[in-house]
Amino acid sequence: MDNLKKNVVIIDYQLGNLFSVKQACDTVGINAKISFDRDDVLKADALILPGVGAFIEAMNNLKELGLVSAIKERVNSGAPIFGICLGQQLLFTESEEFGAGNGLDLIPGLIKRFPEKLEERKIKVPHIAWNTIYQSNQDWDKSALSELENNDFMYFIHSYYVKPSDESCILTKTDYDGIEFCSSIIKGNIFATQFHPEKSADKGISIYRNWALINNLL
Amino acid sequence: MKTVRIIPRLDIKGPNLVKGIHLEGLRVLGKPSDFAKFYYEQGADELLFMDVVASLYERNSLHDIISETAKKIFIPITVGGGLRSISDIKEVLRVGADKVCLNTAAIKNPQLIRDASRMFGSSTIVVAIEAIKEGDGKYLAYTDNGREYTGVDVFEWAQKIDELGAGEIVITSVDKEGTGQGFDLDLISKISSLVSIPVIAHGGAGKQQQVLDLIKEGNADAVMISSLFHYHFIKENESKASSLEGNVEFLNQKRSFHTFEPCTIRDLKKMLIDNQIECRL
Repeated sequence: MDNLKKNVVIIDYQLGNLFSVKQACDTVGINAKISFDRDDVLKADALILPGVGAFIEAMNNLKELGLVSAIKERVNSGAPIFGICLGQQLLFTESEEFGAGNGLDLIPGLIKRFPEKLEERKIKVPHIAWNTIYQSNQDWDKSALSELENNDFMYFIHSYYVKPSDESCILTKTDYDGIEFCSSIIKGNIFATQFHPEKSADKGISIYRNWALINNLL
Repeated sequence: MKTVRIIPRLDIKGPNLVKGIHLEGLRVLGKPSDFAKFYYEQGADELLFMDVVASLYERNSLHDIISETAKKIFIPITVGGGLRSISDIKEVLRVGADKVCLNTAAIKNPQLIRDASRMFGSSTIVVAIEAIKEGDGKYLAYTDNGREYTGVDVFEWAQKIDELGAGEIVITSVDKEGTGQGFDLDLISKISSLVSIPVIAHGGAGKQQQVLDLIKEGNADAVMISSLFHYHFIKENESKASSLEGNVEFLNQKRSFHTFEPCTIRDLKKMLIDNQIECRL
């Protein structure tokens, strides 16, 4: 029956583990294919931009593979996209560290690094932890987070976080040792999380299932 | 908030889960996937798989175990043992590992830490330090399960690992490892104060209280535990080990050591939460 299902492409920018993203898709019945082929991206019903590796390497690889324009074209014509961790950061305009115009620029905003200190207290970076997500500007009942409760734990592993120019897209926030940051966003067909749902046990997997259901991908 | 992670460590030799004392004298405990599944259900925050004989053979043979685990277990998996190059790292990531743990190769060639963290992102690269306290009170880093002398000072090495861009450090007190006598709090708190990255403490957990002391006094960001959880598992469950390789006598006797008060991950986390330590239950 697979040929009746929508085609979802997990974008492979050649930096490592896409295995668990694919496993999460398989588990909930998403017909997903790992690909770095431009034509696959252009033909996809929906895209997943996973979070593996370093920002600069990832953007360079996306450029070399001809995927930057393909992703933008697909997303601008309405295809759902799900960004995860670095995949969320890549959607933004620019990185504080790596300069302007380096991201995909689908969401206006900055990528910032956690500070080394907060009020003379050392902040351990990367933030590698299970941490809670809580509701921000939007109600999440109709989003992919619908099965989660406020303050559920999700798995984070990152040194950078996003700061959207327009805060209305912020779906959840998280506090790491006194620093509050945006931990997921939603804007039209774009949904993205700083945490890794595919590494966040059953509740995380529910996010894949509900994202697929909302977007009629099953 | 700031939470601590509880990470069961699974030392693997061939097809079996094993456990030693001071990283040596390995006993067979069972089938790795049985333990992994139980720990996942019990709320493990991550899993670490270590191929304990890989450095001897200079290869990691955990590929099948990793990809099987990653199909059903949706928490982060770190893999270590015998990883020597960018292509070795790429290979274990490709079969389902989320992070890699380097030791021997990193000490021999520190540049590998820099190259690997640039390529795969800092947070993918974990560096393990096997520390042994010398007669003069100095801590030196060893490799190959505490067998190979390097002469490298543990504290200088920890700072270097941080500078080279690794995402985390696992600090093992070889002296305490497998003994259940508690963590080396001086060692761990000093490492934690010297580096800007998270520190995972390993070696010595025999009782729940020691884990609480470690988090409070040792400032560890995460705790890696094997015996405490493994001995509980073999007491309560059946796990059929492959008897083709290694000593299964210990397993068949369903024994533990008097220095251990085995518990589940959930027991440990409940105790931590009762003591105002945040973690995911």
